[in-house]
Amino acid sequence: MQFTSVSFLLFAAVTVGLYFSVPRKRQWWVLLAASYLFYFCAGAEYLIFILYTTCVTYLTARLMQKRADAEDAFVAANRDTMEKSERKAYRAKEKKKRLHILALGLLLGFGMLAVLKYTAFVLTGVNSFLSLFGTARVTIPSLLLPLGISFYTFQSMGYLIDVYRKSVRAEGDFFKLALFVSFFPQLIQGPISRFSSLGNQLFEPHAFDGFSFRAGLCRVVWGFFKKLVVADTAMIAVKELTSNTAEFTGVYVFLLILLYSVQIYGDFTGGIDITIGLSEMLGIKLAENFDRPFSSKSTKEYWRRWHMTMGTWFTDYIFYPLSVSNSMQKLSKWSRAKLGDKVGKRIPVYLATIVTWFLTGLWHGAGLNFIVWGLLNCLVILVSQELQPLYTGFHQKFPRLTASKPWGVWQAVRTFLLMGLIRSLDCYRDVPLTFRLWGTMFTDFQWGTLFCGGLLSFGLDVADWCVILGGVLVIFLVSRLGKTEPVREKLAKRPVLMCLCLCALTVVILLFGAYGIGYDASQFIYNQF
Amino acid sequence: MEQLLEILKKMHPEVDFAAEDDLIGAGVLDSLDIVTLITEVNSTFDVAIPAEEVIPENFASAKAIWALIERLDEE
Repeated sequence: MQFTSVSFLLFAAVTVGLYFSVPRKRQWWVLLAASYLFYFCAGAEYLIFILYTTCVTYLTARLMQKRADAEDAFVAANRDTMEKSERKAYRAKEKKKRLHILALGLLLGFGMLAVLKYTAFVLTGVNSFLSLFGTARVTIPSLLLPLGISFYTFQSMGYLIDVYRKSVRAEGDFFKLALFVSFFPQLIQGPISRFSSLGNQLFEPHAFDGFSFRAGLCRVVWGFFKKLVVADTAMIAVKELTSNTAEFTGVYVFLLILLYSVQIYGDFTGGIDITIGLSEMLGIKLAENFDRPFSSKSTKEYWRRWHMTMGTWFTDYIFYPLSVSNSMQKLSKWSRAKLGDKVGKRIPVYLATIVTWFLTGLWHGAGLNFIVWGLLNCLVILVSQELQPLYTGFHQKFPRLTASKPWGVWQAVRTFLLMGLIRSLDCYRDVPLTFRLWGTMFTDFQWGTLFCGGLLSFGLDVADWCVILGGVLVIFLVSRLGKTEPVREKLAKRPVLMCLCLCALTVVILLFGAYGIGYDASQFIYNQF
Repeated sequence: MEQLLEILKKMHPEVDFAAEDDLIGAGVLDSLDIVTLITEVNSTFDVAIPAEEVIPENFASAKAIWALIERLDEE
C-alpha cells in the first residue's frame, strides 16, 4: 500500500476517523492495529521480521532496566556506608553488565538487518575474489528484504542504547513498544524517532484539535504535490538519462545532477511531509527531517539540514561513542606524543568521522556506490575542516565581499552542485561509470546540443519541463514564505483561504501528477533503504 | 574554570566563552570541536566524559561544561 495510492488515502481516512471515535485511552490500540494492518498489506511475511525486532528490543531493554533499577536501589540503600571510590567501582561493574546485554541486543537486531541486506553484497565480493583464482563460486541466496527494515531497526536500536544510557526507562508494555517500532506513517521512510520524544505521544490520549488537523492536512496535500507532480515528473528524465549512459554524457550528466536533486528532494521531503502531516492530524508531533537543505552554505551545514534524524542518529550513537571511547582517547594520547599536538588531536576525530560516513553509506544500500558516496562526503567535510584557516583568512581580507548576499548565494549554489555531483553515484549505481561520466562534463560538455532538441530527447516534453520548473518555483516560494512561520500554519488560521489553496493544489495534482492505472513508478526512493 | 576557558579560547579565539550561553545552538561548537574539547578536558582534568553525556545541554556554555566536569568528578 503506497502512500500515493487511493487505498492508502482510504486507509488513512478510516484510521483517523476511528482514532477520534474510540475512547481516548484506547486510541493507541487503533494506531497499533492500523500499523500492523498497513505492514501486513505491504507483505504478510514482513510481519515476522518486525515482530522479531520488537521482541529482541523489548526483552533486552527490560533486562537492562531490571539491572539498572537493582543498581540504583543498592546504591541508595548503601549510600552512607559506601566510599565514593567503592560506589564508582560498583556502578562501573554494573554498567559493564548492562553493556553485555546491550551488545547482545544490538547483535541480534543489527545482525538480522546485516544478513538480509548485505549477504548478497558480501557474497558477490567473495565471488569476485574467488574468480581471480578460478575457484568455484558461492551461491548467492535470494533473501527477502522487508520494507523499511533499516528505519525500524535503527529506531529500535537507538531506543536500546538510550535504555542502556538511562536516558529513558524501558517500556513495560510489549504492545506499546510494538507501536513505537511499527507506527505506520513513519515505518517505511522515517523520520527515525527517539523514544523520549515519540513514546509518550503515541500512548497518551489526544482530543481532536482543529488547528493541528488542518495544518496536518495541508502538509499531507503539499507532500503529494511534491511527490506526484514534481518528483515523479523529474523521475521520467532521470530514468532515461541513467539508462542510456553511452549517449547522455557531458551536459546531460550535469542535467541529471540537477534533475535528480529535484527528484530526490520532492520524493523524500514529500514523503516526510505526508508522514509528519498525517501524524499531526492525529495530534502527534514527529521530529523534522529537513530544514531547507538546499540553502546550505557548506557540506557540514547541508548534513545538519538534510535527513536530520538519520544524521543525529549516526552522530549520537556512532560518532560520539567511537570518538570518546577509551581506545580512541588512548590513541589520541599516543599520537599526540608521537606525532605532535596538531596532528595527534585530529586522529580520533578523523577516524571516527571516516567510520561514521562509511556506515552512513552502507546504511543507504548494499553497494560499492553507496560506500564511495559516504566516503566522498566524508572527504569533502574533512578537507573543508583542514581548509578552515584559509577560509577565515579570506573572510578577514574581504569582509564586505563575504558578507554580501551574492557571496551567500554562490556558497549555496556551490554546495548544492557538489552534493548533487556526489549524489549522482546513487543514480548510476556503478562507481567507475559515474567517474567516467563526471569526466565527460569537463572534456566533452557540448551544452549547444541542448538547444538543438537535446532538452526534449530524454522523455520530457515542453509541458513536463513547465511542470518541473513551475513546481520548483512554487516550492522555493513556499519555502521563502515559511521562513518565520510555516505556510501551512498560516493557512490553518484562515480556514477559507486554506480550503481554496487545498482545492487548487488538488486540481494541480490531478492535472499534472504522475499516477493512475498503468503508471508504476511512484515508489518512494527511501522505501528501498 | 580558568583552565577550561583557556582550552576553549585556544579552539576559537574569536569567541567570548565566558559570556556565550548557546554554543551548540549558535553553531560555535560543532561535533568535531566537541570531540577535540573532550580529549583536552579528559587529559587536563583527569575525568572521562562518556558518550551519553555528550548532549547539547552539557556543552551549551563554559559554565555547563564546568558543571559536567565537576559532576563526573563527584560521581
